[in-house]
Amino acid sequence: MDWTIWVEWIVKGFVLCLILLTGFAYLTLYERRALARIQVRVGPNRAGPQGLLQPIADAVKLIFKEELTPRHVYKVVFFIAPILTVVPSLIIAAVIPLGTSFNLFGREITLYVANLNVGVLYLMSIASIAVYGIVLAGWSSNNKYAMMGGIRSSAQMISYELTLGMCFVLAILLANSMNPTEIVSAQQSGVWFVLVQPVGAIVFFIVTLAEVNRAPFDMPEAEQELTAGYHAEYSGMKFALFFMAEYQKMIVVCMILATLFLGGYAGPFVDQYPLLGPLYLFAKVIVLLFFMIWVRATWPRIRYDRLMAFGWKILLPLTIYLVFVTAAGILLAQETGNQLFYFAGIPVLSIIGFFTAFAIVYRDLRRKSHGRV
Amino acid sequence: MNSDLIVFLVLSLVAVSTALGMLFSRNAVYSALFLVLNFVTVAVFYLLLGAPFIAMSQITVYAGAIMVLFLFVIMLLGAENLAPSESLPWQKPLAALLSAVLAVEAIYLLFSRASTARSVVSPDASLNTIESLREMAMDLFNHFLLPFEITSILLLVAMVGAIVLTRQDKGEANGSS
Repeated sequence: MDWTIWVEWIVKGFVLCLILLTGFAYLTLYERRALARIQVRVGPNRAGPQGLLQPIADAVKLIFKEELTPRHVYKVVFFIAPILTVVPSLIIAAVIPLGTSFNLFGREITLYVANLNVGVLYLMSIASIAVYGIVLAGWSSNNKYAMMGGIRSSAQMISYELTLGMCFVLAILLANSMNPTEIVSAQQSGVWFVLVQPVGAIVFFIVTLAEVNRAPFDMPEAEQELTAGYHAEYSGMKFALFFMAEYQKMIVVCMILATLFLGGYAGPFVDQYPLLGPLYLFAKVIVLLFFMIWVRATWPRIRYDRLMAFGWKILLPLTIYLVFVTAAGILLAQETGNQLFYFAGIPVLSIIGFFTAFAIVYRDLRRKSHGRV
Repeated sequence: MNSDLIVFLVLSLVAVSTALGMLFSRNAVYSALFLVLNFVTVAVFYLLLGAPFIAMSQITVYAGAIMVLFLFVIMLLGAENLAPSESLPWQKPLAALLSAVLAVEAIYLLFSRASTARSVVSPDASLNTIESLREMAMDLFNHFLLPFEITSILLLVAMVGAIVLTRQDKGEANGSS
C-alpha cells in the first residue's frame, strides 16, 4: 500500500480531532454568551476582545486544578471511564463528509476521513458504545448519586437509541444509500430531506438532545436531585474530559443532523469550489447549535417518568409511522411515476402524524396537569 | 495477506484473553466489560473477512444494546461481587472433564477432516461494496423471508412475555396494599 495514503489518513484524523477540540472550546464560550443574551446578561467578555480568550483561560485553569481520586472508587474503571466517554465522541465524526475533494500539489484530497458504505450503521454503533463511559463513571464512583446518574443516563440512552435508529432509516430510505457521502450528494442533486421529511428532522433533533444528555433531558446530571450525577466524584482534567465529551457530542450530532437532513456540505457553487463545503457545514452546525442553546435557556427539565413515556409511547410509534409513510411514498412514486406522492404525500402525512402525537401529549398533560403518578 | 495474518494473530490473542478474563474475573461488572471487548474483537474479525455490515451490527446489537442491558441489571441488583467460595463443589471437575472431551473431539475432527475439506477462502474485496449490502437485503427478504419473519415474531413474543411478567395487576396491587 502506498505510504502517502497513511500520511493522508493520519493528517486528516489529526485535523478532525483538532477541529472538534477547538470547536469544544469555543462552543462553551458561544453557549455562555448566547445564554447570557437570552437572560439579559453580558456573559464572559473580559478575557480578550468579546471574551475570545476565555476558553484558553478556562483550559489553563482546568489543567492546573488539583486532581483527586477518592479512596473508595474502583480505580481502573474510574480512570478508564472519562476516556471511554471522549473517544466515541471523537471517532464518530470520521464518516461525516465535510466536502467532496480538492487538489493539493496534484494530489486529490477527499474531505472526509473514512468513506464507509455502512457509514450510517457506523454512526449507530458508535452511538450505542458511547453509553459505557457514563455508566461506568457512575458505577466506579461507588457513590449513590453518581450511580443513580449513570443508571438514569443508560436507561435514557437505550430508550432513545431506538428512535434514533428509526430516524437514520428515514434518511437511508430517502437517499437509497447507507453511505453518508451518497446521502449528501442525493440531497445536492435533489432537495434537502428536511423538505420531504420535516417531522423526521424535528424528531431527530429531539432524540439527539436526549442522547447527549442536554437540557431538557439532562436528568443524569440533575443538580437538585443528584448533585452532579455521574461525574460527581471527578475533578480536574478528568472532569474536563466529561465536559469535553458532552460538547463534542453536541457538535457531532449537529453535524450528523445537517448531513442527514439539511444537505450536509451541499450549497450553491460547491461544485466549482469544493472548499466551500466545510464552510456550509460549519454555518449549518452553528445554526443548529444555537437551537440547542435556545432550548436549554427556555425549557425546564422534564420529569423522569415523563421522559420515558415520551420516548417509548410517543416518539417511537411516531417514527415507526414516519418510516412507513416514507417507504410507502417512495414506492408509490416509483410505481406510478407520479412525483406528487413523494413531494406532497410524505410531508403532509408526516405533519398529520406529528400533530396527532402533539395532541396526545397535550391531552395527557391536561388530564394530569396537577396529578402525581 | 501477510499483514492480515499479523492482525488476525493479535486479534485472536485479544479475543482469547478477554474470554478468559470474562470467565475468571470475580467481579460481575468486570466480566461484562471483558465480554464487551470480546464482542468488539469479533466485530473486527468480521471486518477482516470483508463483512462490514455484520461487523457494525455486531457492535450495535451485542456490544451496544445487549451488554448495556446486562450492565444495567448487574448494577441495579447490586450483584457485582460473586461469593468467594463455590456453591456447587462438583461443578469444577465436571466442567473440566466436559471441556477436555470437547477439546479432544475438536482436535480429532480438525485433523481427520482437514485433509479432505476445502480450506476456508476469505471473500474477495468486491464483496465489500454497497452492492453486497443490497444483495444481502435481497436475499434476506426474498429467499429467507419466512425465517426472518419467524425470528421477529419470536422476538415479539419474548418482549410481550417480559412485559406481562413485570406488569402489576391494578386490582391485585390495590388489594395487597
